[in-house]
Amino acid sequence: MRDGSSRPQPEPSSWTLALRHFLERRLPLAHLLPDRQPYYVGSWVYVFGVVAIAGFIWVIGSGVVLALFGPQWWHQSGVGRFVNSLHLWSVQVFFVFMVLHLWGQYFMAGWRDGRAKTWMVGVVIFAISIVAAFTGFISQQNFDGQWIAVNAKDATNAAGIGSFFNVLNFGQMYGLHIVLLPALVGTLVAAHILLVRMHGVVRPIEPKRTAQPSDEESAS
Amino acid sequence: MDSPATYVNWNFILISIPNLLMIAGMVAVFVIALLAPFPGHGESAEPVAVPVDRNDA
Repeated sequence: MRDGSSRPQPEPSSWTLALRHFLERRLPLAHLLPDRQPYYVGSWVYVFGVVAIAGFIWVIGSGVVLALFGPQWWHQSGVGRFVNSLHLWSVQVFFVFMVLHLWGQYFMAGWRDGRAKTWMVGVVIFAISIVAAFTGFISQQNFDGQWIAVNAKDATNAAGIGSFFNVLNFGQMYGLHIVLLPALVGTLVAAHILLVRMHGVVRPIEPKRTAQPSDEESAS
Repeated sequence: MDSPATYVNWNFILISIPNLLMIAGMVAVFVIALLAPFPGHGESAEPVAVPVDRNDA
């Protein structure tokens, strides 16, 4: 020690250290993996988001199996048709409970108290999921998929995106459906869950307390 | 199953019966979720209040 003082030495600057401190500060393990929840979480309304995530996991799992074996398998074999149906119905579960979760969060104003980012990420997940489902319907490799694509081309052309987003191009639609869009939705779902854990679950809206005659008397 | 769905038409609203049933079912599930008691969280249950929300963002 040159100066002999007991001043704390500044920590060495490094981006890994800064990142570690940021994560430790913003994402403590007690928030990431809580073992207790506020009492108001004891309502079925708070279950909708979890069920939507469960549906999403089934969508990804069944989709991976479908991508491994291909269209001929999922149309012609019994097990393939079963996994294909599993994929379809898990998408229904995902969307139904995502919308129920949206209704619940809308009516309790889930964006309150610094939760705007959580709300906005959820809205983006919903929008991208619609595109993911749409590309899935036109990747079926059957007449239904062709019919949807032929009709949808007029909509995409009218919107001016037909040259970039060619719904009649199976390779492009299938690639978007099994790579880019699931990666986007999965990443954003992970970010959404992290934001929920960072900021906690929003409180129910408390009813406004109106002034009672006894209050006025006590005030005067 | 292969025949087209029946549609209901009320003023400017045109919707198929399956879609109408789906929406009605979702509304029913939403209302039930608001009213149905949650297991282990009855009125007599001890509230577990943990301040997990942070207003610093």
